[in-house]
Amino acid sequence: MSTEFLTPEPTESIDLQRRNVLKHSGLAIAFLWLGGTGAASAMISARRQPADTAAAMADGNPPFAPNAFIRIDSEGPVRLVMPSVEMGQSIYTGCSMLLAEELGVGLDQIKVEHSPPSDELYGIPALGGQITGGSTSTRATWSVLREAGAVARSMLVSAAALKWHVDPSTCTVDRGVVHHPSGRSATFNELAEVAGRLPMPDKVQLTDPTDFKLIGKPIRRVDAADKIKGATQFGLDVRVPGMKVATVKACPTLAGKLVSVDDKAARKLPGVVDVLRLDNAVAVVGEHFWAAKKGMDALVIEWDRGVNAKLTTQQLRDAIADSARNGKGIVARDDGERPQGTLVQSEYQSPMLAHATMEPLNCTVHVTHDQCEIWTGTQVPMRAAQEAAKITGLPIEKIVLHNQYLGGGFGRRLETDWVEQAVALAKQVPYPLKVVWTREEDIGQDHMRPMYHDVVSAVLDANGHPVWFGYRTSGGSVLARFAPGAMGKDGLDSDAVECVVEMPYDIPKAHVEWIRHNMPPGFIVGWWRGVGPTHNLFVVESFIDELASHAKKDPLEFRRAMLQKNPRALGVLNLAAEKIGWGGQALPARVGRGIALGSPFGSHVCVIVEAEVTPQGEVRLRKVVAAIDVGMAVNTSSIEAQVQGGVLFGLSAALYSELTIKDGAVEQSNFNNYRVLRINETPVVEVHRVVNAEAPGGMGEVGTAIAAPALTNAIFAATGVRLYKLPVDRKLLVQSPDALKSVVSTAAPERKEIA
Amino acid sequence: MLSLSVNGQSYPVDVPDDMPLLWVLRDVIGLTGTKFGCGIAQCGACTVHLDGQAVRSCVLPVGAIGNRAITTIEAVGNTPTGQKIQQAWLDVDVVQCGYCQSGQIMSAAALLAHTPNPSDDDIDAAMSGNLCRCATYVRIRAAIKQAATGKIEILQTIGSAPEGAAS
Repeated sequence: MSTEFLTPEPTESIDLQRRNVLKHSGLAIAFLWLGGTGAASAMISARRQPADTAAAMADGNPPFAPNAFIRIDSEGPVRLVMPSVEMGQSIYTGCSMLLAEELGVGLDQIKVEHSPPSDELYGIPALGGQITGGSTSTRATWSVLREAGAVARSMLVSAAALKWHVDPSTCTVDRGVVHHPSGRSATFNELAEVAGRLPMPDKVQLTDPTDFKLIGKPIRRVDAADKIKGATQFGLDVRVPGMKVATVKACPTLAGKLVSVDDKAARKLPGVVDVLRLDNAVAVVGEHFWAAKKGMDALVIEWDRGVNAKLTTQQLRDAIADSARNGKGIVARDDGERPQGTLVQSEYQSPMLAHATMEPLNCTVHVTHDQCEIWTGTQVPMRAAQEAAKITGLPIEKIVLHNQYLGGGFGRRLETDWVEQAVALAKQVPYPLKVVWTREEDIGQDHMRPMYHDVVSAVLDANGHPVWFGYRTSGGSVLARFAPGAMGKDGLDSDAVECVVEMPYDIPKAHVEWIRHNMPPGFIVGWWRGVGPTHNLFVVESFIDELASHAKKDPLEFRRAMLQKNPRALGVLNLAAEKIGWGGQALPARVGRGIALGSPFGSHVCVIVEAEVTPQGEVRLRKVVAAIDVGMAVNTSSIEAQVQGGVLFGLSAALYSELTIKDGAVEQSNFNNYRVLRINETPVVEVHRVVNAEAPGGMGEVGTAIAAPALTNAIFAATGVRLYKLPVDRKLLVQSPDALKSVVSTAAPERKEIA
Repeated sequence: MLSLSVNGQSYPVDVPDDMPLLWVLRDVIGLTGTKFGCGIAQCGACTVHLDGQAVRSCVLPVGAIGNRAITTIEAVGNTPTGQKIQQAWLDVDVVQCGYCQSGQIMSAAALLAHTPNPSDDDIDAAMSGNLCRCATYVRIRAAIKQAATGKIEILQTIGSAPEGAAS
């Protein structure tokens, strides 16, 4: 099927100095982190900025570097510097497409580079810095990178026209070559020197979307060829001459401290080089990881477990439930008095979650007397460099950070804790030090997605439709720590109420409150793949499903009736329903379909999950159909991949994932007890797109944000059991005690024989 | 001093017998395409071939290998099935972050070498030991089938709907 645009947007003409600001297309963007300063200073720009000279100099000093993203040398491929980081979301391909489309080169003619740390050159205005997160990258770069490509092309064409004494408008560009009807042609490499001395054009003409060669098409990734050969360098693959390898263990009880370490046995082991101490952690340095690991196992460590020594998950849950029920909230939306009518109410709980990126956290650091060099994969290169400057006492320009491909991010690499730790350790030794976390450390010391407790209610009219929606959500605030300046004046964390303050449905009145619930010391809550939207959509869409059931209405028809003023949300709902054949053939016993609909991250998405629940309570995913409206698409292949992967990431968490606490420590340690989805549990995931010419929406977190309620609604349809708590508790789904007995009795004879 | 045969080349290595092959490959020999994910054979990121069989190198002591031939992601493309799998991975555009994909490709290549036309169940059995947190599983399945049959499975399932779908 075609992915052509039906209503192309008119050709844009962009003025000099125009600030490219992320559009708030209907929905609030929670990641509006400008905060205290009120406005971004220098940020990502299509044209050369003061900081560009030094940046280009450090990047091989190419003859033509019209902005922070394009480097053209006198020979070789066009080098494109990526403003966002690549953690799987295909943004290197998307950004390359935007630049290449307007520059006039093929993706086979370019080479991508990681950007150096710089808020000034690579800062995303809406996030206030060089940050890859919040599904903002395409939204933030959609205009500026096309303009950057057009600026470069315009200058290269001018260079050719100057050389040939012709009118630039008579020249054309194709695959890195400027042509003139006279038959003359010159490559970008040949023109780089002259183009580099020309002034910036005031205005550039952007390509009419109907003429796009790349944008809007399914394009293969620019980073795939290396990734399938094991040739891509991730942070963990960095090897520096003279480097030693350390592994680290922090106090398992969060907020605990290191008291003492007996390292006599460890130091005798072959390959163990050193044992280093921090306030709350110990590291063993080896010639290789295995020596460090063996050394760590041989340590006798005494911890001061501190204030959390006796803390349990249940205590945390009780405290947050009390906040949700009785705490004083900050009002995020209030439409006046609650109308009369039938009041219904439910409570929902969401667990703490780990990120469990496939690449465990790691960082290589070399601290010398006048420099600190860092190699790591981070979503926040500039923040990481700033933290290193604080710890070493070196000025920021003496911090050299080489970003790497990220073996998954999911928000974990928006933090800098492991970089800070590695710098603090490397500062103690003369050699370059690679600090590698074990998987156990990666899960045990995660900055977890917060737990939540929500009280959700509605007043219904005679038809069972809500005329008032009430929401009290209680949880920790990621934003308050990550970007305090972005908190509301009244103390509101906008992320905590995203996707509930503005819902797609036509419900006349609502009252939404956030009750800030601080976790105990040491429980540092962090971003995840969608924080506010992922949690809120689980609650809202589960509750909407409850209301449909209460009204004895079909969940599809119930939603449709409330979407008549919202064509984009209705569009994805109808498309998903049509593609799965909603209301068609009857489903087998204990098989159900669940709908979830939402508008997170500036996009619109509907997911329908078809699941089977066995009599023993096991959940089998049979099929998933997703319909999305992201507005203008950059790479339709990436969109499919992000929706498939995002939905499955969300289903994985909903089915299996929870961090629990005993004695103040995380009980899970590795993939054997922090279970995640495997291929044998993976259903077909169809992705369908509503095509239009709206502004691009976010993509990376959209599928994840909508997955859980589609699953729990399907489980309700299959079993009649409403799940109010994630992850899915199989015990609640057992058909009858006999169902479990039958399994035991078939297994029992064998056991007897063995005995 | 042990001698390991890796990708057709002999490497003398002076390491303890109980050191897992993964760390010898990565930290001693310098072949970093094989990844560390869990250290307890739960995620498959460290998968290599030992005489053509997929094994988890994070729990395989080098002292137990003997003279068996080790193949890693860096050289699997020299085998006919490895080459086919890598090409299908490109054609279907499987990878996302890519960190687990070395292991995925090694498991898939071993599967195809022994089972040239794998069923869905065969794929589940051979690939369920390889985790992917980006959840590229749908395309992994398609790429294995494409490599096996030579038939274009899918570039993408993504379709489009007219704007009128919002009616």
